[in-house]
Amino acid sequence: MGNVLTIILKRLALGLLTLLIVSVVIFVAVNLLPGDFAEAILGQGATPEAVASIRRDLGLDQPLVTRYFDWLGGALQGDLGSSFAQANFASFTGTTSGATTVAEQIAPRFGNTMFLAMVTAAIAVPFSIVLGILAALYRNTVFDRATNIFTLSSISSPEFFLAYILILFLAVLNPIFPSLSNIFDGMPFSERLEKSMLPALTLTLVVTAHMMRMTRAAIINLLASPYIEMARLKGLSPMRVIVRHALPNALAPIINVIALNLAYLITGVVVVEVVFVYPGIGQLFVDSVKIRDIPVVQACCLIFATAFILLNLTADIMSILSNPRLRHPK
Amino acid sequence: MSDQPLVKMRGVKLEGRSDEVWSPIINGVDLTLARGEVLGLIGESGAGKSTLGLAAMGYTRDGVRISEGTVEFDGIDLLKASAATKRELLGKRIAYVAQSAAASFNPAHKLMDQHVEGPVQHHVMSRAESEADGIELYRKLRLPNPEQIGFRYPHQVSGGQLQRCMTAMAMSCRPDLIIFDEPTTALDVTTQIEVLASIRDIVEQFNTAAIYITHDLAVVAQMADRIKVLLKGDEVETADTRTMLSAPTQEYTKSLWAVRSFERPKKPAVQTGAVPVVSVQSVDAAYGTVPVLHDVSFDMHEGRTVAVVGESGSGKSTTARCITGLLPPKAGQIMVDGQVMPADYRKRSKDQLRQVQMIYQMADTALNPRMSIGQIIARPVQFYLGLTGAAKRKKVDKLLEQIELEPTQYYNRLPSELSGGQKQRIGIARALAAEPKFIICDEVTSALDQLVAEGILRLLARLQDELALSYMFITHDLATVKAIADEVVVMKDGRVVEQGLKDEMFTPPHHPYTDLLLSSVPEMDPDWLNNLLAERGVDNIGDAAVNKM
Amino acid sequence: MIWFVAALIGMGAVAWGFRFAGQAVTGNAPKFRDMPYGVAYGYVLGAVVLLWLVWAYMQGRSADPAIANKFFFLRIAIEGFILFAIAAWLFRILGRTFGTAWSRKMFRSMPLTASFGILTILIYAIFAVFAGVIAPYGQEQIVPGVAANIIPGGDPAMGGNPAFPLGTDQIGRDILSRLIYGAQNTVGIAFATTVLAFLLGGTLGFLAATLGGWLDQVLSRMVDVLMAIPSLIFALLLMTIASVWAPKLGIPLTIFMVVIIAVIDSTRVYRLARAVGQNIVVMDYIEAAKLRGEGLGYLVFKEILPNATAPLLAEFGLRFCFVFLTIASLSFLGVGIQPPLADWGTMVRDLAGFVNFAQFAPLAATAPLLAAGAIALLTVAVNFVVDWMLHKSSGLKE
Repeated sequence: MGNVLTIILKRLALGLLTLLIVSVVIFVAVNLLPGDFAEAILGQGATPEAVASIRRDLGLDQPLVTRYFDWLGGALQGDLGSSFAQANFASFTGTTSGATTVAEQIAPRFGNTMFLAMVTAAIAVPFSIVLGILAALYRNTVFDRATNIFTLSSISSPEFFLAYILILFLAVLNPIFPSLSNIFDGMPFSERLEKSMLPALTLTLVVTAHMMRMTRAAIINLLASPYIEMARLKGLSPMRVIVRHALPNALAPIINVIALNLAYLITGVVVVEVVFVYPGIGQLFVDSVKIRDIPVVQACCLIFATAFILLNLTADIMSILSNPRLRHPK
Repeated sequence: MSDQPLVKMRGVKLEGRSDEVWSPIINGVDLTLARGEVLGLIGESGAGKSTLGLAAMGYTRDGVRISEGTVEFDGIDLLKASAATKRELLGKRIAYVAQSAAASFNPAHKLMDQHVEGPVQHHVMSRAESEADGIELYRKLRLPNPEQIGFRYPHQVSGGQLQRCMTAMAMSCRPDLIIFDEPTTALDVTTQIEVLASIRDIVEQFNTAAIYITHDLAVVAQMADRIKVLLKGDEVETADTRTMLSAPTQEYTKSLWAVRSFERPKKPAVQTGAVPVVSVQSVDAAYGTVPVLHDVSFDMHEGRTVAVVGESGSGKSTTARCITGLLPPKAGQIMVDGQVMPADYRKRSKDQLRQVQMIYQMADTALNPRMSIGQIIARPVQFYLGLTGAAKRKKVDKLLEQIELEPTQYYNRLPSELSGGQKQRIGIARALAAEPKFIICDEVTSALDQLVAEGILRLLARLQDELALSYMFITHDLATVKAIADEVVVMKDGRVVEQGLKDEMFTPPHHPYTDLLLSSVPEMDPDWLNNLLAERGVDNIGDAAVNKM
Repeated sequence: MIWFVAALIGMGAVAWGFRFAGQAVTGNAPKFRDMPYGVAYGYVLGAVVLLWLVWAYMQGRSADPAIANKFFFLRIAIEGFILFAIAAWLFRILGRTFGTAWSRKMFRSMPLTASFGILTILIYAIFAVFAGVIAPYGQEQIVPGVAANIIPGGDPAMGGNPAFPLGTDQIGRDILSRLIYGAQNTVGIAFATTVLAFLLGGTLGFLAATLGGWLDQVLSRMVDVLMAIPSLIFALLLMTIASVWAPKLGIPLTIFMVVIIAVIDSTRVYRLARAVGQNIVVMDYIEAAKLRGEGLGYLVFKEILPNATAPLLAEFGLRFCFVFLTIASLSFLGVGIQPPLADWGTMVRDLAGFVNFAQFAPLAATAPLLAAGAIALLTVAVNFVVDWMLHKSSGLKE
C-alpha cells in the first residue's frame, strides 16, 4: 500500500506545482498589458500624481515578484482583489459600498455554475455510460452506427448551435422549458431546476457524446483482451463475463472518462451560459473580457484552471487506485 | 463409454474477414479425436491451427466464421447447439489453455478466485471443495508453495508458473477435452521443459483428451500420440507420432524434418596471435543505474561466426548495443582491428561506423515502410561509398543478386510487398552495402518459419565464405547455433558463463548452466522428455534447477 | 408523463410478442432463439421512433399552417437528411466510376458518411475560394433602398424579397452573400490557424521525439503547463490582453487571434507529433540510420515524416474542427473575428433573436440557424472523414 501512497503523493505534488506555475502564467500574461490598472482606472485625463497615488494604494509600485506573491496570498485566502469595473464605478461615485471585490462578485455565480454542472453530470453520466456499454456490446449493428453518427454530429456542432436547436424545439415550438435562465438566490429548487434545464440539456448533449464514445472505445478495448475470451471459454454467462470480468477492469477507464468530461464541461459552460443568460461564472468571465475587467478575468481564469487541474488529477489518482498491479505489489 | 469419438469435425471451413471481405483460413479439414487421446496440431504461422483449435470448441473469434462443415463433441452438434447448451459444455467438459497466461488471467482477481469460478458456476463442486481441489492440482503440477500460490494476483506470479496455474484451472472441472494453444511458446527453454513435463503428467493422469497446438516439432513429439500437419489452411498429413517422425509421406513434412540437418563444416581453430576483428574487453554496462553487463569479454575473428547464447534478460542484445555504440559501456572497451573505438556511436567516424553493421530480428521494423527496396539499399551505398547515378544502381543490382533476389523485379517494390524471408534478405543487403567486416545478427531467424530461416542461414554462410565476413550471432535457439556457429559464448545474468569452440561446447563436460540450457532444448525423439526426466528427476529441471545454481 | 410510461410498458409487451412470433415463424432459428429481451425491445423502440418521424413529417406537410409551422423544422431536417444521403450516395458512385485506380479503390470501401464528408468539404472549398464570384452582393454592402430585416424565403406575401432569398440583416446586408463570404473568412482563417499550429507544434514535437534529452523535457513540461489551462478560457484571457495591444500596435485583432489560437492548439499538435515520432523513433530502421551516421535533417524528413503522414492528416482534420469551433465560439462571444468581415459565429449572435419567431414565421428563424448550421455541417463533415480514416488505419481492431 505504501507504494501506491507514494505514487499518489507524487502525483498530488505535481498537480500543485502545475497549479502554481499556471497561476504564474496567468499573472504574467495579465501584466503584459501596456500601462497598468491605475492608468486604466483613471482613463485618459489622468494626472501623473493621481496615477502615482492609486499605484501606491493598489501596491502597483512594488516589483512584479512581490505583487505576484501578494496576489497569490490573497487568492489563497479568498481575496481576489478589487473588481476593475466596480472600482471604476466607485471612483466616480466616491462610495465603496456594493460588490467591489472580485470575490463578492464571483461567489454567488460560482454556486450557480456548480449547480448547472451538477445537473448536467447527473443526467449525462449514467445516460452516456449505459449507452456507451450498449454500443460496445452491440458494435457494428444499426444501433451502434446510428449512435456513432449522432454522437459525432453533436460533438462537431458548436454549443450555440445545439443550444438554439433546443430553444427552437423545447422553448419556442413546444413551450416546455423557459429559454432564459434568469435564476436568482432564494428561488425554489424545482423552479431553479426547470430554468436550468435547457442549458443543462445542451451541455448534456455535448458531454454525453464525448463520454459515450470514450466509454465505448474503452469497453471494446477491454472486450478484446484475452482474459475476456478466457471467461467466455469457461462457459460463463454473458452477464457474469461483463459484471465479474469486464467491469472491475473497466472502472479505471470509465472514471477517467467521467473526470475528463467534467473538465470539458468547464469550457462548454462559457458559451452555454451566454446563450441562456445564465448568471454563472462563465457569463461573468465573458462580460469581464469584453469590458477588460482584468482582475475578474484573472480570477475567473484561475478558478477555471484550478477546476480543470483538480479534475484531471482526480482522474489520474482514480486510475492509479484501481490498478491491481499497484494495489497488490509483488 | 461408447466407441464414438469425442470430437468429430467434418469438412470444416473457416473464413476470416478483412476489409469487409471474407477470405478462407481453413479449407475443409477433418479431425477425429478419441477419448484420452492427445492430438498435436502443427503448422507454421498463418496455417490456421489456432483458429481450428478454437473451432473444435464451437467457438470463433470476432471476424471469423465457420462457413461449412460440422463439429460434434460427444455426439452434440456444436454448430447447431444453442448458446446455453454450449455454455454448459465450455469450461465443464471442454477447457482451453491460452498462449499467454499473463494476458489470459484477469488482473483484477486472485488466481484461486478464477480457478473456482468454473466448478462453482457449473455446479460441479462447492467453492470449498474446489479450493481444496485446486491446491491438490497445484501440487500435482509441481508448483512451488501450492497452498498459497492461488491466493496471489496474476502479476505476482512468474510466466511459467502462471501457465501451470492455467492448466490447473482448465482441469478444475475434470473436462473430457483440453485445447492447449501454444502454451509454452512465450517461455524460455529452461522454463518450458518444466511446464511440458507437468502438463503431460496431468493429462495422462486424468486420461484427458487434448489438442496440442504448436509450431515446434520437437515439443509436439513429446506431447502428442498423433500429429496432424497443417499448411495454409489445408491438412498435409496425419499419422502416429512415431510414424510421422520416422516415415513422413508428404514432401512438405519431410522438408520440415530436414531443416534440423543443416550444419556447416568445421573450421580450423584461430591461429594464436591473430588480431581479432572485434574484441569486447571487460565491458560493464548499465541502463541508468541498473547494471546489466558485468565484465564481458570475448573476441571475434575474421571469417568466423561467434554465437552468443542465453535466455531473455541474459544481456546478449545489450552486448550488441555496446559494440555498436548505442549504449556506451560504463567500463571496458570495444576494439575493432586492434583500434579502440569511441564508446558513443556519435563520436565514431563514418569509416568506423561502416565497419560494424547490424541485421535485426524483426524485418518489419527494420525497413522503412515508405522507402522502396532500391532506396533502402542505395542509401548506404551512396552514404559510405560515395557512389551516385549508374554506378550506384549497378552496385545495388549486384547486392540484390548476392541475396538471390532479381534486381529488375524488386528494385521498385515496397517492403510491404515482400514476404518475411525476403524482407530479412533486404536487411542483409543493406548491411552488405556498407562493405563491412563485421555484422551483428540479432535473432535474425527467430521470427521466421523454419524453412525460410534455413534459407537465411544458408545465405549468411555463403556470404561469409565469399566475403570473409565475421558474424556475431545472437540467438536463444541452440539448433541455429549448431547449424552456423564456429564459436559459442554462453551468457547468463549479464555475465559470460562459458565460451569456446562449438564442438567443445556441445560435448561434455560443460559448465552446469550450459548443461542445463543444452539439455532443456527439446529434441525430435519422442522419448527425449522421458529419458531426460528419468535421468535428472522432476526436481532437477527448469526454474528449480536454475535456482539451485 | 403517464402516457409516456404507458407507451414504454406497451412497447415492452410488443417486444415480447415480437420475439415470440419470430421464434414461432422461423422455427426457432438461432437469431430469435438467442435474442436477449433487450435487443427485441431495441428493435421495437427503433420502429416506433421511425414511425413517429414519418408521422411528424406528414404533419409538417399539413395544410393547416399552425400545425405545419410546428413541424416545419423537423420536416426540413428530414428532407435535408434524405437529400444529403442521396447526394453522398451519388457522389460515391461517381467516385467509384471515375478517377485513378487508387481513388476508385478508396471509394469502394468508403462508408456513406465519409463520402458525404468529402462532398461537403469540396463544396465548402469551392464556396470559400470563389466567394467573390458566387455571392450576389458584397459582404459589407448595404444595398441602397433595401429594407433591413427582410424575411428569408423570397415570398413578398410573407415579408420576403426575391432578390434576397435569405433576407437581409438588421442593417440591410444580404444574408446569403454574408453566408458565402463567411465560408471564405471563417474557414480561411481557421485553416490558416491550423496550418500555423501544425508548423509550430509539429516541428517541435518531432524535434523533441528525435533528439530527446533536455530539449524534450523542457518542451514537454511547458506544454503540460499550457495544457493545464482550458483552451477556450486561455484564449479568452489572451484575447482580452490582445484587444488592448491591437490598437496600440496597429495590428488587426484577427491576426492576434490567429496567433493565440495557433499557439494554444500547437500544444495538442506537439503532444501528438511527439507521440507519433516516438513510436517511429524506436523502430529498428531509425536505429540503423542513426548507426549509419545520418544527420538530423535526413532522419526527420526522410525517415520519420513519411511514416507519420497518416496520423498527422487525421489530426489535422480534428485540429481544424477544434480551431474552427474555437474561432466560431470566440466570434459568437464577440471577441473573435471582427466586423465588418462576415463571419458565421458573429452572424449567429446578431441574428439569434429571430429564433423566438419560429412559431409564427418559421422562415425568420432559419437565418441564425443557417449560420450555425453552416459551422456544424462543415465540422460534422470533417469529423466523418477523419473517423473513417482513423478506422481504416486502425485496421481490423474491431
